[in-house]
Amino acid sequence: MRDFARLLERLAFTPGRNAKLDALADYLRHAPDPERGYALAALTGELDLGRAQPAVLRAMVGERVDPELFALSYDYVGDLAETIALIWPGDGEPGALDLPHVVETLQDTPKIRTGPVIADWLDRLAPSERYALLKLATGGLRVGVSARLARMALARLGGPSLEEIEEIWHGLAPPYRALFDWIEGGEKPERAGLAPFRPVMLSTPIDREGLDALDPAEFAAEWKWDGIRVQAVAEGGERRLYSRTGEDISGAFPDIVAHMGFEGALDGELLVRRGDQVAPFGDLQKRLGRKSPGKALLASHPAALRLYDVLLWEDEDLRALPFDTRRERLEAAVADLNPERFDVSEVLPFGAWDDLAALRAAPPQVVIEGVMLKRRDTPYMAGRPKGPWFKWKRDPRLIDAVVLYAQRGHGKRSGFYSDFTFGVWEDEALVPVGKAYSGFTDEELRRLDRFVRNHTVDRFGPVRALSPALVVEVAFEGLNRSTRHKSGVAMRFPRISRIRWDKPAAEADRIETLREMLDGGED
Amino acid sequence: MSDPILIPRPEGLYCPQGDFFIDPSRPVARALITHGHADHARAGHGAVLATRQTLEIMAIRYGADFAGQRQAYEAPLRLGEVTVSFHPAGHVLGSAQIAVEAGGQRIVASGDYARVSNPSCAPFEPVPCDIFISEATFALPVFRHPDPAQEMEKLLASMRAAPERPHLIGAYALGKAQRVIMLAREAGYDAPIYIHGALQRLCDYHIEQGVPLGELRPATMDKAEAGGLREALVIAPPSAFASPWVQRFADPVIGFASGWMQIRARARQRGVELPLVISDHVDWEDLTRTVTEIDPAELWITHGREEALMRWAELEGRRARPLHLVGYEEEPE
Ligand SMILES: [Zn+2]
Ligand SMILES: [Zn+2]
Repeated sequence: MRDFARLLERLAFTPGRNAKLDALADYLRHAPDPERGYALAALTGELDLGRAQPAVLRAMVGERVDPELFALSYDYVGDLAETIALIWPGDGEPGALDLPHVVETLQDTPKIRTGPVIADWLDRLAPSERYALLKLATGGLRVGVSARLARMALARLGGPSLEEIEEIWHGLAPPYRALFDWIEGGEKPERAGLAPFRPVMLSTPIDREGLDALDPAEFAAEWKWDGIRVQAVAEGGERRLYSRTGEDISGAFPDIVAHMGFEGALDGELLVRRGDQVAPFGDLQKRLGRKSPGKALLASHPAALRLYDVLLWEDEDLRALPFDTRRERLEAAVADLNPERFDVSEVLPFGAWDDLAALRAAPPQVVIEGVMLKRRDTPYMAGRPKGPWFKWKRDPRLIDAVVLYAQRGHGKRSGFYSDFTFGVWEDEALVPVGKAYSGFTDEELRRLDRFVRNHTVDRFGPVRALSPALVVEVAFEGLNRSTRHKSGVAMRFPRISRIRWDKPAAEADRIETLREMLDGGED
Repeated sequence: MSDPILIPRPEGLYCPQGDFFIDPSRPVARALITHGHADHARAGHGAVLATRQTLEIMAIRYGADFAGQRQAYEAPLRLGEVTVSFHPAGHVLGSAQIAVEAGGQRIVASGDYARVSNPSCAPFEPVPCDIFISEATFALPVFRHPDPAQEMEKLLASMRAAPERPHLIGAYALGKAQRVIMLAREAGYDAPIYIHGALQRLCDYHIEQGVPLGELRPATMDKAEAGGLREALVIAPPSAFASPWVQRFADPVIGFASGWMQIRARARQRGVELPLVISDHVDWEDLTRTVTEIDPAELWITHGREEALMRWAELEGRRARPLHLVGYEEEPE
């Protein structure tokens, strides 16, 4: 438990994403099996240990410590697990228990007996390990490690690349022995499950000026739909719908999965579509929020895929083919699919960039957030290569920012955390760039409030500091230089245009993006 | 017990029979000072009695004319109708407990005190007394400060793990800064240690008083020079971290050495990446052990978490009262 406790401490206090990655990679390199696998699963929330209830812990500590002294201490410390870890009598002995023993015992212990088991362990452990144990047992390990970050750390160990790891990630189970064997030079694990996720190809932003350097004849243009990017994979009877970070969201979209009667992997935009009409993003969010949607919702909010690309088709890997060829294959493939659930993203006809600009200025549907440009001769490449794919977003100015602080609102929002301070990345830290709230629906408001309460890392009076986990799209009218703000920029009329529950914090915008907008001189 | 010979007043503990205050928070005619921390030792008193080192520290901080008259404590002495004696408190260089005695009653005002070994001062001396006045800075059972050597090992391990990043450690100027330096030296760290300008004179004074600190260099270099600083340990007062001084260092690891660092929220509040639990006060166990050992007829409790210590006294069947003195900070500089 000692090394795991140390890792938790480093992760908790290290602000930088890169430093977190270092800490994680360092631990994974040195910790033995199966400890590191369990640690990885615990950090990413893949381990279900039954969750000891706070009441059980309180009763446990009540037998060792005067309740009034405990109450005064808890009041001061503010965190139940931390208070118990510090106040528990005795010094224990560092390293007295190992993580696999703890995990396996918790998995095997009936809930009713966890109290005495944990009490016995607390007697044996040193204080920092007690904290790790209690966080583990209560399911409260919130140290900002996503499955994606964990995979990135694994890719730093000098074995397989991130893309290779992501390909086999689904189907692996804690403590991931086969994975670690592979990383250390052993054999690549057989795909434990069919229909794995393939890393997605992403675009980089561009503006009108940037386009002048490019030849329009070399690019295909499509609308950029305001849904969420997904990958639909069907292989050997297995069907899965993945978000673009590889999270499996099949369960929430049975209406799509039911019609995935093909062999292959398709890349597209997940939308709510009623006939030809693509519904606003909020409708899709309603679906995203339900892990298993009911009949009524499925009928009122039908999901559909607007396909951009084909990666595999009938046992053939098409990723190395140029875009134009893949596009032909895609059109042929879609012909056999249910048109209510699948259609192909239209290729926009244009000659010069100004033609495209005219199209972009008057999109046929409001759910379009700009245009995509794809170089006709390039293969499907994992990650965000610079050059082949561009996104040219519509106006106004939009950025994706990470919510840093939340404050309780007033009036209609009284008691809800609804006013947010958000920031963007500068190097490895988040720097605040603005404050806003938006006209959230009541349901969004409740969900946001729940999010805030579950992700609070600190409190200052009415303000809560949050772990960087929620991305919001902020729309604003312009940008001013500012010496008052640490970021050097101030937004005009910022508002949260939508909440990006689907977007990882690491992919929020960077301060450079804002500074470039300044340099663009539009303000 | 007869009427106590010390009375809590808003400006501090007052002794009517000797006409003096102990550690008063406002200027008074005659003050006895336990140690040089700013919330105990203030400038502007008519006359000050303290240990020679405390007087010298006050002169460094406030200028030679910090009081009308200065008297260095040498041996027990009579002030009016009481006898006063000073005893080591183990807190910082020059720190003392003050015992006041009259008519067979003895009260010990311990100021701030610590029981862990601190090479810059003599160890705490338990003085039998009727009333023991204790600080309660860390008087909650969650405060159990680890071995400071173990915390220093944490710092050195971090420096080894991230050799390209200078380590900037916040530490109060009197006592804590020198303590961190000494702990580094005891752990075998013998490279030069960089110190913020505000620490210079107090570090020099410690060296003069025979406290070995090794080679110290001023951390007043310009941005270019500091930006090139890699494997370096830099000590600065906490206030420096909010100032642009920090900007001269490239990608530093920010640490803070304090008993408060035991509480995660406290560390996060300060944006500390490397919390070091190094304290110059008694933790809960040392505090309760000391009271048990001295076993006074009555325990008076001053600055800090009085409630928890009151509760402990109640559970132990001890007489205790909180003093509610004003003007003491949680952990002063
Ligand atoms: Zn002090
Ligand atoms: Zn004090």
